[in-house]
Amino acid sequence: MKYSRIIAAISTLSIATLSIVSCESNTSLEFKRYYSEGAEVYQTRCQNCHGNDGAGLSALIPALNDSTFLKKNKSSLACAIRYGMKGAITINGKAYEENMPAAELAPMEIAQVITYMNNSFGNQLGIVTMDEVEADLKNCKLIPGSNYLQLIIKPSR
Amino acid sequence: MRNLTIGFLLIAAFSTCKSNDSKTSLPIYGTRQAVTKIVDGKSVTDTIYQTIPKFKFVNQYGDSISNKDLDGKIYVADFFFTTCPSICPQMARNMLKVYGTYKNSADVRILSHSIDPKHDSVPVLKKYADKLGVSGNTWWFLQGKKEDVYSIAEKNYLVAVKQDSSAAGGYVHQGYFVLVDQQKRVRGAYDGTEPKQVDQLIADIKTLQAEASSKTAQ
Repeated sequence: MKYSRIIAAISTLSIATLSIVSCESNTSLEFKRYYSEGAEVYQTRCQNCHGNDGAGLSALIPALNDSTFLKKNKSSLACAIRYGMKGAITINGKAYEENMPAAELAPMEIAQVITYMNNSFGNQLGIVTMDEVEADLKNCKLIPGSNYLQLIIKPSR
Repeated sequence: MRNLTIGFLLIAAFSTCKSNDSKTSLPIYGTRQAVTKIVDGKSVTDTIYQTIPKFKFVNQYGDSISNKDLDGKIYVADFFFTTCPSICPQMARNMLKVYGTYKNSADVRILSHSIDPKHDSVPVLKKYADKLGVSGNTWWFLQGKKEDVYSIAEKNYLVAVKQDSSAAGGYVHQGYFVLVDQQKRVRGAYDGTEPKQVDQLIADIKTLQAEASSKTAQ
């Protein structure tokens, strides 16, 4: 009786441990998949302007390494990529006011490229899933009469 | 056996000379004509090379820039527009390297011609240059009549591209950097989106500078 209880306890514990471990490896596998697909999206759709090192271009195109900005505006990133941006933003304490053109990407590609950006160039912000992107895309506020995102972007500093 | 070794050494010496020579001279692109003239009672045959014709544009400071301002200068020409989202930022990033290398050289200029003069007015070009971090008179952003810009691009600057490329049309948009020598002859064309080709351009400008100083020394 006593033994069976102990055995039950041990097996419950080991099942729990196993599921946690497998869960973790699933997450990291998913992350890796998003990240490597995102790297390809970045190369074909973002790199010309933002550079292969994400450093941007002088005062014309912002760098993508402002982790604070990316964290604060996490839920606006999908809309910004999908619809483009108009108006001034402050990145690394510097103002940028050029327009960003829209990149007509699918929600999955947007999630992948955000995951890539958010974990490259010195950023370590984890995965952004397609479900999150789809939810964010439902709340894009566009500038009336244009296809650009209405900037509700919060400065990093 | 000894003779053979000396022979080999001689061949080796000559071949290194030869490869050095080919590195220090750049091709001259465009059409050429042989012209025979009578000089001091003797007939002399000269080769006339195709050169960049007269032009007149306005730079980012509102100053008028003509072919005369490039007399005796080595320069790099390209074609862009400030709102171009595709290859232009990559070209600008690479041209900044050329600018960074030669901004203090009095004999080198960069001419970036806007192919969208309607939008790219003088103030727009000035702002673009400022934001790129370009000052002084090494790198000019030029505005002119659209037909003049297209004509000089296709008929003159991009002759080297046409000779090298089997693809037809659209040269202006392909992001070439064209190298022009002190006599306004086209000496090279480089893909402005390829960092390696732009490194070659930077090296070739040095070659043209050396060519000029060896001529004045003679």
